[in-house]
Amino acid sequence: MIGQANEATPRAAKDGAAGSPLVCVKDLSVIFDAGRAGFWGRKRLQVHAVEKVSFDIHPGETLGLVGESGSGKSTTGRAILGRVPVSSGTIYFQGKEITHAGKERVRALSRHMQLVFQDPYASLNPRMKIVDIVAEPLLVHGLVKNTKEAAGEVAQLLELVGLPPDAGARYPHAFSGGQRQRVGIARALALKPQFIVADEPVSALDVSIRAQVVNLMQDLQARFGLAYLFIAHDLAVVRHISHRIAIMYAGNIVELADRHLIYESPVHPYTKALLSAVPVPDPPVQRARQRITCPGEAPNPMDPPSGCRFQSRCPYVTQTCRDTAPVLTSRRPGQTAACWNC
Amino acid sequence: MNGTSAETLEKALEKNRYEWVEKLQELGRELKRDKAGLIGVILITALVLMAVFAPMIAPHDPTDQDLTARLAPPVWYEKGTWNHMLGTDHLGRDVLSRSIHGARVSLWVGAAVVLLAGGFGVVMGLMAGHLGGRTDAFVMRWIDTQVAFPGLLLALIILAVIGPSLTTVVVVLALNGWMVYGRMTRSAVLSIRQSPYVEAAEVVGCRWPRVIFRHILPNLTSPLLTLAILEFARIVLAEAALSFLGLGIQPPATSWGLDVSMGKNYMFMAWWLVTIPGCAIAVTVLAINLVASWLRLISDPQEREKQYARHMAGAMRKKMQATIEKESKVP
Repeated sequence: MIGQANEATPRAAKDGAAGSPLVCVKDLSVIFDAGRAGFWGRKRLQVHAVEKVSFDIHPGETLGLVGESGSGKSTTGRAILGRVPVSSGTIYFQGKEITHAGKERVRALSRHMQLVFQDPYASLNPRMKIVDIVAEPLLVHGLVKNTKEAAGEVAQLLELVGLPPDAGARYPHAFSGGQRQRVGIARALALKPQFIVADEPVSALDVSIRAQVVNLMQDLQARFGLAYLFIAHDLAVVRHISHRIAIMYAGNIVELADRHLIYESPVHPYTKALLSAVPVPDPPVQRARQRITCPGEAPNPMDPPSGCRFQSRCPYVTQTCRDTAPVLTSRRPGQTAACWNC
Repeated sequence: MNGTSAETLEKALEKNRYEWVEKLQELGRELKRDKAGLIGVILITALVLMAVFAPMIAPHDPTDQDLTARLAPPVWYEKGTWNHMLGTDHLGRDVLSRSIHGARVSLWVGAAVVLLAGGFGVVMGLMAGHLGGRTDAFVMRWIDTQVAFPGLLLALIILAVIGPSLTTVVVVLALNGWMVYGRMTRSAVLSIRQSPYVEAAEVVGCRWPRVIFRHILPNLTSPLLTLAILEFARIVLAEAALSFLGLGIQPPATSWGLDVSMGKNYMFMAWWLVTIPGCAIAVTVLAINLVASWLRLISDPQEREKQYARHMAGAMRKKMQATIEKESKVP
């Protein structure tokens, strides 16, 4: 589907690793209140969406965040952007703590970090022209006084994402999904951020359009040194764009490693099962492959088990797994996994 | 910076500035297809023109009494004269002139109440929906309480205490009518607030007033417009009811409701005293409802397409029939 020719360059990752990280997340937990239960409502219900998640993102690097739905990937991204209250842990941006940033702080930070949405059809206001949508960030941050003043900048941004400048005069309904996603990217780029959270930016697009948008994101990264947190469940796309990949399961990161290591020598049983589910575009090889399945369901986020969250589905489960939750430990240079038995 | 691309964009924007003229023309074409809507629009336009130019159109001053021609019948009766085309009332006032002038009161009260109640209700609904929490609970309980209380009773109490006048009628009807706007706005805000483009606006750094007025409110306009027009019809009726009960418009001013109430004493001798203003009320309300149902149709893209398809199918059928007839005539 996506050519191997212009895969993510590992150079940026290596260069970045030497310097200080742009975004640093330490033991991030997000717990949502879900009301009360029981007679008289004595029992408080809590959804443990994200628990003790840690990772770094360096300038110019893409961290792919993969997991099934409900595993907490989007919540992690939104917590960094200050849109979800953090229960515990810390988030640093450019070395400064932003964990519990107030409304105004989050607003100021929005100049440095932006979000690209999953659904390009719903994320553009149908009553606004493209030029108003793309100029809005500049306007609300006081960088321009009105849309007219922003015309030059908007035209440039539209060209940057591969749209003709006169597209600005039209309304979102005149564009296809891929084009709308380009508009969404132009809006995110308007403030010249260093960090972009891309929340499944291509999962709503046609397969043929996906490659275009992913390549556009890579071009922009090379040009502006952007760092991405790329949230997805499409393993092929993540492999293409990411420098490092984190696999999430039920609110935990189970494995975090350089791209090649994850795909070539996965350690965690969940990662192995996940990768074995991706078909290989070569029938004889595919037939010879053994599919690893982990029967069972993900634990209820309202009542997570003590110990490892994967215990109910893990083929190698032991008593240790049931008692204590494993933490990410180094397996190889550039590969960490959270498992007691592998 | 990039001169040429900026110019292209500006030119395209300039070109689109006159888009609304085209949209208006398209609307006109669609109106032609919907006969009921067309009748409604024509009637309302006529009513508005009648109200605006009332002093020029009306043959008499609506308060001029002509005691020599009391209870004169309309022109088609033997005793009727062209001087009083639709007859006169018990004081010899011209019924036609009074009905023409009555349109002024009805439309003025309707417009003022819709603006007042709509403005207040929408603001309360936006606040309740967007701020949520205690504000939401407070506004919604307030609305529930007021809805539970009979509106006409409240209006009568207030009018009886303060004393009836045009302004009090407007205020009282607005006090009674804002809840429906509040409820509808709140529920729409709750659904729109969850939409990704509102989140996008917040992520980009919009403060809440901008989010409400630039992103949420414009997407509410079409349901609110339909509601406002339907409410307009209800207000016209409510004003007539209040005037009929003697707590609305006071003589010497004129109003359809007032005329009906004064005419009811002579109903068996002079039926035209209640019928003419009564018909005026009915026609106005009907016209408004026709327009409202047409507006609901065109504000829904799906319904709009259906209607267009129906029109095209009808045109094609006609064309085919015409060709068949032609062919059958040839041999």
